Amino acid sequence: MINRNLQPLKKPWINSSTKDKIIHGFFFFNGLISVFVLVGIFALLVYTSIPAFKEINLTSFLTGTNWNPTSYVKEEYGIVPMLVSTFMVTIGALCIAIPLGIGTAAYLSDVAGNRTREIAKPVVEILAGIPSVVIGFLGIILVGPFLAKIFGTSNGLNALNGSVLLAVMALPTIISISEDALNSVPKNYDQASLALGASKWQTVYKVKIPAALSGIIAACMLGMGRAIGETMTVLMATGCAPAMPESFLGPVRTLTSSIAIELGEVAYNTTHYYALFALGLVLFIITFFINMVSDIILHRFEKVNR
Amino acid sequence: MYEFFCNFNSISIKESKNGMSVEIIDKPMTKLNFAKSGVKDKLEKHNVKASVKNFNFYYSDTQALKNINLEIKDNTVTGIIGPSGCGKSTFLRCFNRMNDTIPQIRYEGEILIDGTNIFNSELDVVDLRRNVGMVFQKSNPFPKSIYANIAYGLKINGIKDKSFIAEKVEKSLKDAALWDEVKDRLNKSAFALSGGQQQRLCIARALAVEPDVLLLDEPASALDPIATAKIEELVHELKKNYTIIIVTHNMQQAARVSDYTAFFMMGELIEFDLTNKIFTNPTNKITEDYVTGRFG
Repeated sequence: MINRNLQPLKKPWINSSTKDKIIHGFFFFNGLISVFVLVGIFALLVYTSIPAFKEINLTSFLTGTNWNPTSYVKEEYGIVPMLVSTFMVTIGALCIAIPLGIGTAAYLSDVAGNRTREIAKPVVEILAGIPSVVIGFLGIILVGPFLAKIFGTSNGLNALNGSVLLAVMALPTIISISEDALNSVPKNYDQASLALGASKWQTVYKVKIPAALSGIIAACMLGMGRAIGETMTVLMATGCAPAMPESFLGPVRTLTSSIAIELGEVAYNTTHYYALFALGLVLFIITFFINMVSDIILHRFEKVNR
Repeated sequence: MYEFFCNFNSISIKESKNGMSVEIIDKPMTKLNFAKSGVKDKLEKHNVKASVKNFNFYYSDTQALKNINLEIKDNTVTGIIGPSGCGKSTFLRCFNRMNDTIPQIRYEGEILIDGTNIFNSELDVVDLRRNVGMVFQKSNPFPKSIYANIAYGLKINGIKDKSFIAEKVEKSLKDAALWDEVKDRLNKSAFALSGGQQQRLCIARALAVEPDVLLLDEPASALDPIATAKIEELVHELKKNYTIIIVTHNMQQAARVSDYTAFFMMGELIEFDLTNKIFTNPTNKITEDYVTGRFG
């Protein structure tokens, strides 16, 4: 029996089950939009890429080592140099940014005093707000000449320069998220470790970092995502020669900078135009694949830790 | 529920095909613990393991411990009781200098363990903590496997010999009365264990580095009566090889497990004597009021 005396204090203009349905619908709609947009982007990329392969052989596209779409003699659409460039610059950036980033995060969460942390963390986060053009400019006038001097090359616009700059750009993400992950490790792990006679360093290295590993991997993956997708900085600082990269000290041209350079000048609806969309599709697939792999790694760690 | 439990000496738990059966062995606790004749003479023969002399402790401006003097004997269990906020945990954490991690603390006086002042500037706090193990109120296994949890203490102390570590893990788990329950799943996560098992795992982890002194900070406060009984039984076993200091909020527990009892209040050591004496014939009126449950 329902007690009829239990009237609400104020009669709602809408009953609660309808309200629930509306809210449910709202969130469902939002979720649907993001999925729809993602699928839409992918579909558009595929749709605009397909015409390119009417004239380009898919195998030569994926394995060709020459990218020369404007040649009068023979147009070539080989993406291998750009793939290699992208991976070189990204991996170089991660090699610099991951140790530095985790080290800084560990310092901020465990060694630094409250005061230092309060100053240093916002400063690191501000670093993320620097426009990529500015960082590219610094690459040209600062890092480039410096690298040229050290390695005795004619100029410093090379893959290493790009890696250094991308590392700087990925650092705020890696530091900030890793530090959050380290801070959210329960304090009683520290206590347990210290009470067993571990030094502070051992505690950080063997207990806190493993416990925060999922967060740290996520941080590195986000940093990597930033590095792979970054366009302007690499375009300005890496020399942009569309040839097979020879070393970290040679000029390289990544997928992103190729699209940025050529898309502005290409004739609409030509094979070249479609080929650039195909580059975009490749980039999309790479980032998708990286995210998937990192997700699998994350889940595996979670299983071990639980 | 708990009162009911406290009236019995021990509970034995048997596992059979049909599940678990709990058998209560009905012997009133008081009889067993206090009726032993000559307890005092026996305990007097133990050597002094640690002594606290004129010890004061401050959290920035607040004085948490006031002029504490006491002696802890080898291979005995010393219980520390007192109302919340009386400084008992602070006192316990002084023995392995875990308070050092808190900023702005200050201490005066000395604590000698085997004749060495632990606040001596030449003493390495890492060595101290290896010799003075600690188990915390809330069980805190690392997010690693059961095996790795116990091997951790050995590894950080530079032991790499795998067979030695394996032996030590087994021995520690046996000492902590956990081996039979976990031997088939050493590589499973420590979080899969029950609360009581996790706490015994923490004890095993502390035992693995072979400490002399074991500090237990309310080790059973978050556990059910059966798990508590197991921990208490374990403490009884462990005192053969270790000197144990246990902080407890539960007076019956102190009465059951400890040989000596220290009663703290407002940062002062009100009374320190044989457990028997504290609970049956305390010198101080406040102690009597506390142990009889008039306040607290």
